[in-house]
Amino acid sequence: MKFDTVIIGGGLSGLICGLRLQRSGRKCAIVSAGQNAMHFFSGGFGLLSRMPDGSAVDSPIEAIEGLPAEHPYRKIGKDNVSSYASEVVPMFESCGIKLRGNAVKNGWMISASGLPKRTWLTVYDVDIYETKDFRPGDNILLVNIEGFLDFNTSFIAEALEKKGAKCRIAAVSTDDIRALRKNPSEMRSSNIAKMMSRKDARERFVAEVNKISHDTDTVILPAVFGLKGSEEVEDIRKSVDGNVVFVGTLPPSVPGVRTQMKLKNAFEEAGGVFLMGDKVNGIEVKDGKVVSVSTANLEEIRLEADSFVLASGSYFGHGLVADREKVSETVFGLDVECNGDRNNWYNPDFFKSQAYLSFGAATDNELKGIKNGEVIENLYVAGSVLGGCNPLYEGSGAGIAIMTAMYISDKISSRK
Amino acid sequence: MAQYKENEFDVIVIGGGITGAGTARDCSLRGLRTLLIERNDIADGATGRNHGLLHSGARYAVTDQESATECIQENMILKRVANHCVDDTSGFFITLPEDDLAYQAKFVEACTKAGIKAEVIDPKEAVRLEPSVNPDIIGAVRVPDGSVDPFRLCSSNVVDAKLHGAKVLVYTEVTGFIFEGTNIVGVKVHDKKSGEDAEYRAPITVNAGGIWGHHIAELAGAQIGMFPAKGALLIFAHRVNGIVLNRCRKPANADILVPGDTVCVIGTTSTKVPFEECDNMRVTPDEVQLLISEGEKLAPCLGETRILRAYAGVRPLVSADNDPSGRSISRGIVLFDHEKRDGIGGFITITGGKLMTYRLMAEMATDLVCEKLHSASKCETRTTPLPGSGHGDVREVSKKIWANPTTAQKATAGRVGSLASGIKLKSIEEQSLVCECEEVPESEVDNAIKNLDVHNLVDLRRRTRVGMGTCQGELCACRAAGLLGKAQGCAERARKDLVNFMNERWKGIFPIAWGESLREAEFTEWVYSECLGLSEQE
Repeated sequence: MKFDTVIIGGGLSGLICGLRLQRSGRKCAIVSAGQNAMHFFSGGFGLLSRMPDGSAVDSPIEAIEGLPAEHPYRKIGKDNVSSYASEVVPMFESCGIKLRGNAVKNGWMISASGLPKRTWLTVYDVDIYETKDFRPGDNILLVNIEGFLDFNTSFIAEALEKKGAKCRIAAVSTDDIRALRKNPSEMRSSNIAKMMSRKDARERFVAEVNKISHDTDTVILPAVFGLKGSEEVEDIRKSVDGNVVFVGTLPPSVPGVRTQMKLKNAFEEAGGVFLMGDKVNGIEVKDGKVVSVSTANLEEIRLEADSFVLASGSYFGHGLVADREKVSETVFGLDVECNGDRNNWYNPDFFKSQAYLSFGAATDNELKGIKNGEVIENLYVAGSVLGGCNPLYEGSGAGIAIMTAMYISDKISSRK
Repeated sequence: MAQYKENEFDVIVIGGGITGAGTARDCSLRGLRTLLIERNDIADGATGRNHGLLHSGARYAVTDQESATECIQENMILKRVANHCVDDTSGFFITLPEDDLAYQAKFVEACTKAGIKAEVIDPKEAVRLEPSVNPDIIGAVRVPDGSVDPFRLCSSNVVDAKLHGAKVLVYTEVTGFIFEGTNIVGVKVHDKKSGEDAEYRAPITVNAGGIWGHHIAELAGAQIGMFPAKGALLIFAHRVNGIVLNRCRKPANADILVPGDTVCVIGTTSTKVPFEECDNMRVTPDEVQLLISEGEKLAPCLGETRILRAYAGVRPLVSADNDPSGRSISRGIVLFDHEKRDGIGGFITITGGKLMTYRLMAEMATDLVCEKLHSASKCETRTTPLPGSGHGDVREVSKKIWANPTTAQKATAGRVGSLASGIKLKSIEEQSLVCECEEVPESEVDNAIKNLDVHNLVDLRRRTRVGMGTCQGELCACRAAGLLGKAQGCAERARKDLVNFMNERWKGIFPIAWGESLREAEFTEWVYSECLGLSEQE
């Protein structure tokens, strides 16, 4: 099978790259192994919240010039990042995903523990605030779904009370929720979201919430609505009395799964081929160029293309794998810069910057992959498989996925 | 009986490890008014940092007949009185091509002499019975080894001591002794939770502080010359073997593989460490390497099996000579009557020994306490079952409580034995799972918080296994923190506790963080820093 571009990885980066290429008239295939980082999405997309030295970032685009030269944003360049940043909201909107926030300025959101967290843009469900001292309401009712342990109302209430809000905690149940609880392992966000996608189940839930929402101006609910679309989120906002604020839960993230699905649908509507549950298991490289890849499901049928994009993710997505001595890139065997001695991979404090999170595939300045010191001319590397930055520490995971995908799709479009 | 004041006891036991817990139980069963003081949580020291091997004594048979005899006797007692803590797996002593097969005959003879049933079996039969064992073995001997859950065992002793009137103070540190002339008549303590100081009085104080007993004795003015010998171990994510595997040779590094619950444990090493390091043991990459390469010789698949964590404990050995490794120091029990030894009245130290012989150590210490108090009461712990120890295995115990036990109910019965009848597991609310890896329901967590001196998530893990499974607390720790916060009425404390808990888990993960363990660690980092926003606050 012959394509213009074959993309390995169906997460945020692979999808955006594929969508942009497909919309510019290139024929793309995405090979997706399944799980990706959108399953543990916080509800907010970070562009750059913190510099490698730990200093906080308010204007992420302005801060790019202060990053080290090997950082992916520096390779893309500040001007490009700035122009891509203004494209993000309309692009998502065109896929049916509404976002909130300001493209050039960081805001604040409520994290799943209730603590304020810097972010760049958020999905429509999750509110974004201009300053850290925000307060979502004065008299807040925090409602959990009874028996749902992945949403911690007491943590959130404690954090908001510190900001001067009055909080009341409640848990509601309905026949639908009780039915779900019969199996103790069913009480997870995605199962609840599936149940809540039925209008009657939502109505019964809202009726229970409205019975107890007196004397409150704001109701906080777990972000477990709208697995397939944000209409259900809109429905809850309209039918619950008072201002409704959604806060993220432990994984799987319902807004994340929805976002991934919307992007995938848009890619397919644009004519792209999405190979779900498949895995690249062979590569053919000739004269410094990738010629084709083979996959587990397609067996002998090889995927040929003019250019290839590696967006296979980090350790979680199996894009990177570590053994006792080194970290390797799993698909093409690209060079990975990892600091040799395993003693230096970790910080004994779990919540400090971990060096192993900054390891990743080596590229040239155009994000072309490097193997054994040689640039592979038609292989581009996008998203969290890249090295040169610590996306978790910097709060740049989503930003790097999106920016590198856009940059690479431009590079590929401008190829002869 | 005389009227006691609130802070007066017959006996004070220092140390909430298995020896102290066992001694407190023995004392209270004999009718003594007992106070148990622990500076952290129960089972915090060496008690919770070993193989969890229910020794048959075979390991010591050739080198130390006395220890071997003690072990086999205690082995048989524990199988009766603590059957909810014991997994009667049996054990193999295997001979590899590189080992001397002549040792086997000597070994069997020594076992027989100590009263340990040692049966030579055909190597092929051994491979059939334990498919994980190295297929190249040239010899195998079956002995009555097993595995024991030290957390559960320690907790059961504390529960029984309390049922018999003992008072238990955790997170309380002994800061000094109260003297009358040359006699110790009480202790000064600092409550680490409230920050308050207090005094408790008793005619006898028992030092059962394990390696930390060295300093406790110093506080009292006695020198007991302890030898801190660190032992490193690895936990694998699967129960690779069903039968305990040992090397049939003189005891050496990394030659025991013990199955326990859903995992298995390889160990150990033995290195002398300075006293300052006893509170913060780290496992080095060299130790990890040694444990894996030696472990592979016992069960080759260990080289490919995911490692969950690395940890280390400190053996409370009493030094007799200048052995740099600590291996040849006797593992025997040491009981000091400091009145006779150092002229300090009302003070005794019980140390040395092993997890296996804790009950005997407790009996010896309590006998001495009773002698000093002129009490004629006799030890009952040889025959009186611990709370939770019912007749029969987990299936039989759970069937007595529920007509058709679910897997979660069986898991609970496996952890708390017949006491599971006191845990409500009928309604859907009571059954909802906090920890999926270990199938721990909400009601069991509630029970532990209410009844088992749980103050934080690490304590909770020791009582219920929450966070001990494959995911190492990825999501369950957060759920449990919510429940703990609710019970304590303080979400801020629970959130800080969650951060501490994750750091404590990470300490055991990063020495072995590659492959799947690193992948899981990355996921956990994202959940805690990105979703929960718990990374360092500005």
